[in-house]
Amino acid sequence: MATSAAARADTFPKLLIRNARLYGGRPAYRHKDLGIWQVWTWGQVLVEARAYAVGLSRLGLERGDTIAIVGSNRPRLYWSVMAAQMLGAVPVPVYADAVADELAYVLAHADVRFAAVEDQEQVDKILTVSERLPKLEQVVYDEPRGLRDYDHSRLKAIDDVIRDGHAALASEASGQRGHSKVRAHSASEDARERADDTRPEPGSSAHAALAKDATLGQWLDGEIEAGKGSDRSIILYTSGTTGQSKGVVLSAIGCINAASDTVAFDKLNERDEALAYLPLAWVGDHYLNYAQALVAAFCLACPESSDTAMADMKEIGPTFFFAPPRVFEQMLTRLMIRMEDAGALKRRLFHAFLGIARRHGENILNGERVPLLGRLLYALGELLVYGPLKNVLGLSRVRIAYTAGEAIGPDLFSFYRSIGLNLKQLYGQTEAFLYITAQPDGKIFSDTVGPVMTNVDLRIADNGEVLFKSPGMFVGYFKDDAKTAEAMTADGYVKTGDAGFIDARTGHLKIIDRAKDVGRLNDGSLFAPKYIENKLKFYPNIREAVVYGDNRDFVCAMLNIDLTAVGNWAERNNIVYGSYQELAGHPQVYDQLARNVEDVNRSLAEEKAMAGAQIHRFLILHKELDADDGEVTRTQKVRRGFVAERYAPLISALYDGSREADISTEVTFEDGRKGTLSARVKIRDAAVVPVPGAMEKAA
Amino acid sequence: MRAPTGQDIAAGDVLLSVENVSLAFGGVKAVTGVSFDIRKGEIRAIIGPNGAGKTSMLNIINGFYHPQHGRIAFKGKARARMRPYDAARGGIARTFQNVALFKGMTALDNIMAGRTLKMRRGFLWQLIRLGPALAEEVEHRHRVEEIIDFLKIQSIRKIQVGKLPYGLQKRVELGRALAMEPDLLLLDEPMAGMNLEEKEDMSRFILDVNDYYGTTIALIEHDMGVVMDLSERVLVLDHGVKIADGTPAEVQADQAVIDAYLGLSH
Repeated sequence: MATSAAARADTFPKLLIRNARLYGGRPAYRHKDLGIWQVWTWGQVLVEARAYAVGLSRLGLERGDTIAIVGSNRPRLYWSVMAAQMLGAVPVPVYADAVADELAYVLAHADVRFAAVEDQEQVDKILTVSERLPKLEQVVYDEPRGLRDYDHSRLKAIDDVIRDGHAALASEASGQRGHSKVRAHSASEDARERADDTRPEPGSSAHAALAKDATLGQWLDGEIEAGKGSDRSIILYTSGTTGQSKGVVLSAIGCINAASDTVAFDKLNERDEALAYLPLAWVGDHYLNYAQALVAAFCLACPESSDTAMADMKEIGPTFFFAPPRVFEQMLTRLMIRMEDAGALKRRLFHAFLGIARRHGENILNGERVPLLGRLLYALGELLVYGPLKNVLGLSRVRIAYTAGEAIGPDLFSFYRSIGLNLKQLYGQTEAFLYITAQPDGKIFSDTVGPVMTNVDLRIADNGEVLFKSPGMFVGYFKDDAKTAEAMTADGYVKTGDAGFIDARTGHLKIIDRAKDVGRLNDGSLFAPKYIENKLKFYPNIREAVVYGDNRDFVCAMLNIDLTAVGNWAERNNIVYGSYQELAGHPQVYDQLARNVEDVNRSLAEEKAMAGAQIHRFLILHKELDADDGEVTRTQKVRRGFVAERYAPLISALYDGSREADISTEVTFEDGRKGTLSARVKIRDAAVVPVPGAMEKAA
Repeated sequence: MRAPTGQDIAAGDVLLSVENVSLAFGGVKAVTGVSFDIRKGEIRAIIGPNGAGKTSMLNIINGFYHPQHGRIAFKGKARARMRPYDAARGGIARTFQNVALFKGMTALDNIMAGRTLKMRRGFLWQLIRLGPALAEEVEHRHRVEEIIDFLKIQSIRKIQVGKLPYGLQKRVELGRALAMEPDLLLLDEPMAGMNLEEKEDMSRFILDVNDYYGTTIALIEHDMGVVMDLSERVLVLDHGVKIADGTPAEVQADQAVIDAYLGLSH
């Protein structure tokens, strides 16, 4: 079992050496390049990462430095993280789609001296803000296209850095034959041999002196050995739902301990495979992909480009899969649209077997008792419908799938579970790295996030806020002790900022909303905005929803249509539209969404606590809420306060009874230029279910 | 005998010269006595109001129309009647004003079609698709994949081009032209019908093609901003006659050009 060995390696580079020794010939990274999947084994990755580390060190990267990592999921960027950690430098991944201004803030705040980036786009972005980054010395890039004519005094191709490292290691090796480290061995042999003689190296203080005598290879081994579990392993900048992003510092041993617990929890091993498509800078990618992959020694497949991820997934067939609810929803929407276009026989077959899946699928997955006929029908369905369906989605081999980040619609959740996908929920955050709770196999509920994870200590504060202590718990916010202190309780628990409670029936944690967002209407009814927004977003027509009601007389909603779903519906109903704005404002689209809103009101009315918070009025926004405009975070979470400010005329119109309102907003295009978008937005009333309780209160 | 290749001509030398060319359809004079040249490595724009004879000029260059008068020399070699096939073989590729792809084929197959003239094995070899033919196909596929990567169209590789949005179809068409590894690339309104973002992408690709592959490009375009940004020299036609030829700045300041565009009583 990988976990016991992992306990001894207290940094990621040491884990890589272990993996190269134990699983040297097994695939570690895949990347689709020019249409063909390229593979690197653990042994090869060790050789490449060592050469890369030597190359970076020759460029001047030292222990304690920070190095920014900017780009999409590519093996060389993951190796940049690894190579930096080998030298004791601290990687700082940044969202690849961050605009230059955000990038400049993080790079400046993290004091980066180096940056490893994907391509020309990122290099250009860094160059435009270079005067704000006086400490930045070197930029290395993966994709050379378009960069040929750039000034290369402070710019290098990662390939050249690695080549330089190989050459340096080789020349040292040939100079001192007795200690030759890099020979023309097979990669795995080479790694095994090296791992054997890395043991007794002295502590960090002695190296500088030793470096002269020892070969470069030995020096590097010494650097790796000198890395301690308590060292800073990585700084992850949070996406910042509230204000500027903060750098969450994580220790190596914390990361590895946390990852070891979940690897054991889900029984992940070296035969597993995951698709690396989540943003590199997000804790989810660093945890689920980088940390778990190193601990369990499983293989990471990097897609060809972000657009091809879903097609690449079908080719790879991952066994471990994480996706936010949004992705599962988009997959289902696409599937349903395609089924609408299928022949009558296929459609009937599809719906008939989905009915069977709804009755028996989840029970079978949970290992409960199911009548024989049900099992037989389900097996037939697997053969005819569920199997092919999962194959189309690339989910055939998935053993464990997780979703988190937002609440998932109960129908959506049970759809995937009923067709046999072991989809579970977890709750976590960057500061916890990552799990706080997760659902174990077989004990799954769509409205909980599971029981407390191994070695995590959880407490609910008096105001309902969830507090925790976890093995991967953060060390602090980078250069911000005040914020660190703010995030902790006196006795060392971390505040999540989420309101929740332990469900008495299941023993699982239930999250209601951000603690600070839970408010009250003027009549005293409880107002949990996210809870209502989630109910709205469960409808395929509604992509995003923002509701207001705190300290107001009633609840109002601003909605974004889902262009795929509504566009397809419009096409089938011969509704002509020229733009997103026109479709969003179409009266028949309003009619559709009004029905959805009224459904939500009915479902809210059924819950005593929420019945007072039904939606009285709503409007459909003329543009999508966009991260470039700061309306949602890079992880697609709505910034409610900012949106309220930006659309203030619309909100006052919602509450003053107007039938329509004019709005003009500044928008940012993808290239960073700005323009103005104006529209007249219609406002509708929605039918509300009368609630006796609220009436009494009001009276 | 080997035709002179693009490599034999140094950058900046004349790649194609058109001397005093006239083309008429019956009584309609499409092009009258036009002379200009295209130098290796440059991006050359041909502009003019509607019906100025721009597309006719491209059709003359790639041998689709045959001028009644005048002389055309490509790579220093004057040519007599030439068919489009010979032009393609000689290293001239083009895209069309209205996208002319094989709608029922995938993007990948369309671009592979651009390699047809580079295939050495005959029809029968291709049919059995073994040994040398397979090796050849792998090699061609590799070149095509490089182009797909270059144009960032990996995600549409296996999609029928008829189902693609217009902007992407234009990109696939450019890919097919690039697959021929042309010495001279003729682009007929590459940005027509595109939105601002697509235009910027396409401009980037045109500059990259010119820079990375060193391809000489002649393009017809209506968007003046694009023309002024991209091209080194601009040829202006009006009613089939050359009215100006020079750098974008020179052409912009030319009174005849201003008159042609703003309209003047003739």
